Amino acid sequence: MTLIRTKIGRRSFIRTTAMAGGGLVLSFSWLASCKQEEATVAELPDEWFELNGYLKVGDNGMVTIMSPNPEIGQNVKTSMPMIVAEELDADWSLVIVEQAPLNTEVFTRQLAGGSQSIRQGWDGLRMAGATAREMLKQAAANSWEVPIGEITTHEGMIEHEASGKKAGYGEFAAAAAQLEVPEEVEMKDPSEFKIIGTSRKNVDGPKIVTGKPLFGLDYYEDGMVTAMTIHPPAFGARLKSFDAETAKNMPGIVDVFSIKLYEDGYLKHPFDTTAFNEIIVVAGNSTWEVMNAKKAVKAEWEPISEYMDEYTDFRTGEALPKRIPAGMESSGDHRTEMETLGAKLAKVTRKDGDPDKAFRNAAKVIERHYSCPFLAHNTLEPMNFFAHVTETEAKLVGPIQTPEFMEKSVAARLNMPLENIDIQMTRQGGGFGRRLYGHFVVEAALISQKLKAPAKVVYTREDDMSYGNYRPAYYATYRAAFDENNEITAFHVRAGGIPESPLFAHRFPAGAIDNYLAEEWAIDSNISVGAFRAPRSNFIAGAEQSFLDEIAEEMGKDPIAMRLEWLEKAKNNPVGENNDYDAARYAGVLELVRDKSGWNQNAEGKYRGVSAYYCHNSYVAQVLDMVMKNGKPAVDNVTCAIDCGIVVNPDAATNLTQGGVIDGIGHAMYSQLSFKEGSPEQQNFDRYRLIRHNEAPKSIDVHFVESDVHPTGLGEPPFPPIMGAVANALYKATGERYYHQPFISEKQLRG
Amino acid sequence: MSTFNLTINGETATVDVDPATPLLWVLRDHLKLVGTKYGCGIAQCGACTVHIGDSAVRSCQIPVSAVGSQSVTTIEGLSENGDHPVQLAWIENDVPQCGYCQAGQIMSAAALLKNNPNPSDEEIAATMSGNICRCGTYTRIRSAIRQAAENKTA
Repeated sequence: MTLIRTKIGRRSFIRTTAMAGGGLVLSFSWLASCKQEEATVAELPDEWFELNGYLKVGDNGMVTIMSPNPEIGQNVKTSMPMIVAEELDADWSLVIVEQAPLNTEVFTRQLAGGSQSIRQGWDGLRMAGATAREMLKQAAANSWEVPIGEITTHEGMIEHEASGKKAGYGEFAAAAAQLEVPEEVEMKDPSEFKIIGTSRKNVDGPKIVTGKPLFGLDYYEDGMVTAMTIHPPAFGARLKSFDAETAKNMPGIVDVFSIKLYEDGYLKHPFDTTAFNEIIVVAGNSTWEVMNAKKAVKAEWEPISEYMDEYTDFRTGEALPKRIPAGMESSGDHRTEMETLGAKLAKVTRKDGDPDKAFRNAAKVIERHYSCPFLAHNTLEPMNFFAHVTETEAKLVGPIQTPEFMEKSVAARLNMPLENIDIQMTRQGGGFGRRLYGHFVVEAALISQKLKAPAKVVYTREDDMSYGNYRPAYYATYRAAFDENNEITAFHVRAGGIPESPLFAHRFPAGAIDNYLAEEWAIDSNISVGAFRAPRSNFIAGAEQSFLDEIAEEMGKDPIAMRLEWLEKAKNNPVGENNDYDAARYAGVLELVRDKSGWNQNAEGKYRGVSAYYCHNSYVAQVLDMVMKNGKPAVDNVTCAIDCGIVVNPDAATNLTQGGVIDGIGHAMYSQLSFKEGSPEQQNFDRYRLIRHNEAPKSIDVHFVESDVHPTGLGEPPFPPIMGAVANALYKATGERYYHQPFISEKQLRG
Repeated sequence: MSTFNLTINGETATVDVDPATPLLWVLRDHLKLVGTKYGCGIAQCGACTVHIGDSAVRSCQIPVSAVGSQSVTTIEGLSENGDHPVQLAWIENDVPQCGYCQAGQIMSAAALLKNNPNPSDEEIAATMSGNICRCGTYTRIRSAIRQAAENKTA
């Protein structure tokens, strides 16, 4: 047991609803989601008692646990309540999970991003459960007149062994709700966990497989208007004028008008988008009628002039300027600029030893160039949001990864106090970073305000793909110097992109090489970009891990053995400062993947690539096996080793990892968003290629390092390294190196 | 606007809509059967898959006027209690991540098994490659279909 003072984060335990008797009769809202099997009315308690903002206990022993963070497919709606239930010692079969609305008084960091929900939620979730358990025990101790220290709990039951007294949580829920929140509570030692570390099925599973309304797009209210938007057809363009007479007279159309997303002088936060500040709105009674009327709107567009934008920094809150150039950009020009300007613009971000001298004196130098295109997130549920704005308040419902940030945007735009804005989160049909940028939330609010009616804004796939906050295009040059004994003497990375650099200067192999140089650069653009699953890592990991494969080959070493040698040095005798990884844990996943994949055994007919990476506080190593199928390389099996600390829900974690692997293979192999004159050349899935069923591996074996370290990220870490494993396996299969994503576009695979 | 009498999940539904309205939007907007999803509108992603008779079709491509008296089954009507072998196998394998594509995946899989009770992995891949899963649950989808096939024949 660990004694934890509840003072830390105490605001989380203030009861949200003060009421006589402490009771709370809860009516089920649309968003309320039930336990594994849907609770029938007969099973529900007559009264609920809120012990803290995270949970309520019913008079019949049922427990409702609020899941604070947005659910985007990472399964936090199951795993976060599991953590509460663990410390509560709840009977999981009696737990109902509800998606919490945005409530900054009770919850902290209600944000899906950076793979941080479990890591940063860990202490608060455990404390919520432990505090409630302590209060239930105290209530029983008071009633039974026995010392609390003699009371034990087990799966929703309270017991006093000496007297043989035993009761369910429901019996003491009312009394517990009257007690003061304890100053200190005991939390379990990981060895005592009974729920954490066991696989529990997705709490929304039954609803998903039966098609129940769960997602933002499924949300309807009586009198609701459906609205779609028309944005400029190209980045670098803006609305000049429009003629909507025909459209307005079409059947089912309520109104056509333009809205301005943000007012001049508004200081944007990092999740405000500005590419298209003025857009046209077509609002009507049904989706199909609105889609048709959209086509009848005649709009004129004009080029933008260069301007300076300003954003607050995510971490520091400091206002940062950003230059937005004029012009309609094309991918061909981007490529030329990245190839030619990188060396001129590069700034040193880390230098160990004397890399210049080492390269000058080298017996041999290898230099390789890597690139990747822009990517659209393409969540399968397109952007959408519901709003009902009145003169005094705003109700917003839908899929958003950053409700707290977007509440501020809406408050500023409507000039309404924060407390008058209510944001509810639906289940989200994918996030991947796209729904961090909630311009559509503000759009929904403005549309509802203008129409004085509840309204849902819906993007078509084309709208969604052509108005993104894309993964930037990146480019990296790697160099390695070798002496006459073929030992590595220097390592140089120079990386950049449009409009940001993908470099992490302090990551491996920094710390393992005596002479190390990292440089970065960026080229401004008016194309809007944003975080995409494992930002920056999602390119640089694959490039770096492909280059390490070539270094190993040059040195005549096994690629896993070479990495382990380097990590041994980084562990015992690290070079430089600020190395941001734990070399022992890094080596641990490499050793595990080596053993689990049978790396050193003969794999006849298989072409194997290895890769390993550290990001979002977790370590992942992967071995990818290809086979030749009809004369072409195909992914057969992938073995993954992961160190993300304690694994809360192993089967769901395995699922998330398998998804990350398939996602990574798909984006490395097939996906790209290219631009011509500012306009994306792919606007739907006929031209934008996503990985499909027949292209996925046959099997993906996932192995977690056993650990009692507090949990770290998992949504993102399995994604970046697999791209290197793909490239390295492709080399074995085809004899050619692959440097430029998507690899399918390279000549050897076009066929 | 025209009136259409449709047979959806064994029940008659009457809608008064533009004859060109895709079945997808009739289901979602007019009948509030929102289990059938919109993903692309051009029959590339499979999120809108429903059954007409025993065949899986993309409801975004079928104008309501073309449905006629044919019987339409959506995810809501695949089984009465969510216990179709494919639905049970989906739960057993805990397939969904975000879950958005899964109704379409399940409808494609159910039609596959109806017409081919014991498909090979290649046949599963050939049918299921019309349904995009952005989260990458393909290996679990395959396992679930295999399991549903076994449970059906057992």
